[in-house]
Amino acid sequence: MSRESDIRLGTGEAPVAPPQTPKKINWAWLGVIPFFLFAIFFLFLPSATIFIRSFEAPDGSFTFENIISLFTKADIVNAYQASLSISVITALAGAIFGFLLAYAVVLGGLPAGIRTFLTTFSGVASNFAGVPLAFAFIATMGNAGLVTRWMETVLGFDIHATGFTIYNIWGLSIVYMYFQFPLMVLIMAPALDGLRREWREACENLGGSTAHYWRYVAFPILMPTLLGTMILLFGNAFGAYATAYAFAGSFINLVTILIGAQIQGDVLFNPGLGNALALGMIVIMLISMIGYAYMQRRAARWTR
Amino acid sequence: MRDRPPIAPTATVKAIVETPVKTWKRVRKFNLWSWIILGIGLIYFFLPLLATFEFSLRAIKGRYSLEAYRIAFSDPAFFRSFGLSMLWAILTIIITLLLVLPTAYWVHLRLPRLRPAVEFVTLMPFVVPAVVLVFGFIRMYGRYTFMVSIPILLIAGYIVLSLPYMFRAVDAGLRAIDVRTLTEAAQSLGASWPTIIFRVIFPNLRVAILSGVFLTFAIVMGEFTFANLLVWPAFGPYMELLGAKEAYAPQALAVVSFLLTWGSIGLLARIGRGAPGQGQIAGAR
Repeated sequence: MSRESDIRLGTGEAPVAPPQTPKKINWAWLGVIPFFLFAIFFLFLPSATIFIRSFEAPDGSFTFENIISLFTKADIVNAYQASLSISVITALAGAIFGFLLAYAVVLGGLPAGIRTFLTTFSGVASNFAGVPLAFAFIATMGNAGLVTRWMETVLGFDIHATGFTIYNIWGLSIVYMYFQFPLMVLIMAPALDGLRREWREACENLGGSTAHYWRYVAFPILMPTLLGTMILLFGNAFGAYATAYAFAGSFINLVTILIGAQIQGDVLFNPGLGNALALGMIVIMLISMIGYAYMQRRAARWTR
Repeated sequence: MRDRPPIAPTATVKAIVETPVKTWKRVRKFNLWSWIILGIGLIYFFLPLLATFEFSLRAIKGRYSLEAYRIAFSDPAFFRSFGLSMLWAILTIIITLLLVLPTAYWVHLRLPRLRPAVEFVTLMPFVVPAVVLVFGFIRMYGRYTFMVSIPILLIAGYIVLSLPYMFRAVDAGLRAIDVRTLTEAAQSLGASWPTIIFRVIFPNLRVAILSGVFLTFAIVMGEFTFANLLVWPAFGPYMELLGAKEAYAPQALAVVSFLLTWGSIGLLARIGRGAPGQGQIAGAR
């Protein structure tokens, strides 16, 4: 502090510099207070409320009943199963395809312009979610969608007559993939850039084949990034609400959809259970974020 | 061990002799695969967009027309919801900037010890999904009339959504310039704090701030979860409602919405070339 007041010497304010010193420290704290107040009132307290009320019986007494119901009540277990499977499916598929596309663009010998284009487009696509995305896929593969009609007219095959529907977990997965795999491309492309030419040359000088290089050098280095991004994709799909709601409405019983219904009207007929449902989501997201943070730290080792 | 030395040179010689051929082959083979994967990716990217556009032109049976757009744009509720969303987006941007800028600046300059805490807060939106946060909002503030009669909770939710983007963008911007040196240089020239902040730091952060602003704008304009569950007539819920009662107009709005997202994020990519933090973790799903 005193160093900075010394710097002020030579200005008109110099004589008052010493008494200003304590005031400046206050200033520093004041600058961050609104931020933390906001976080407390609109992030931590609402989360804490959910946590506390998860252990409340309808009459206000303490109970574990709600938490136990999460694992026993059929429609809640089903909702968690649906949410978890769609998250795992889209995380895996998004990671695999995103990686392949990133590889093709970065190392696959495609013209450099394609990479710029694809990165920009991935930035847009990874943010193109919610209601418009649902509409886009209804127009693509819904009952009157472009692909559906094309199959009817060109192939003479009415796919919906066979009982096929896109309004299930697999259909929704295809929709989610639209924002999932561009995210993978965005994160993997720089990671693939980080693979140094020297590593490959070192591997080849030691007599290693391409397979050796990937198996023993590149893949282990990329692993934390890959896993971390997969966790990110998992959480991304797990917390999604708008897309699923606009796409399939009540056809798919996801946890987020169930919580939404609980907000609009107590569909579980037990407010405490609604809280427990929300708490379950927070716990799963917390675990995945911790996993993500850990993987990021591992990945950072090689990016220096 | 005795056998090793004779083998090693052979392998090296073999590698040297074969390497150019091998590399050439590999590149060519992968080129084809790269193109195939790129093709699949592009089809998956563009088919839904094409289908949406085509669908929006089919409002009149038997021919393509802009009828769906006419229907969509002649509804006064469209302009009302669009205008409201825009207003809320601007409010969100202003408040988020007021919250994030001083915090990020002080964390860089004076309180680096607070960095983990601040980063933890900006990561919270991923731990607490939007639906869960609304649930908590309503459980906590639902009984206070002033909290539900004006869109405080809605804007608060939007701010939470945009915090990570804004913080990452500004943080990266601050990292790129040497805040301490700039601040001390300004101080030694006798600049006051407002001068330092508004005439030295801000102009250097313009690109970073703008990238955060555009992303926030795109997220808020299409946001559905908060607006729907807190019952505010924003653009997202309006689109969803229209989807329930109209056949082709919703796709017209989806096209508009996509152009909006494309516009703001494409612009971001132009101005903020390499501005980090964009699209890293997603917002309104």
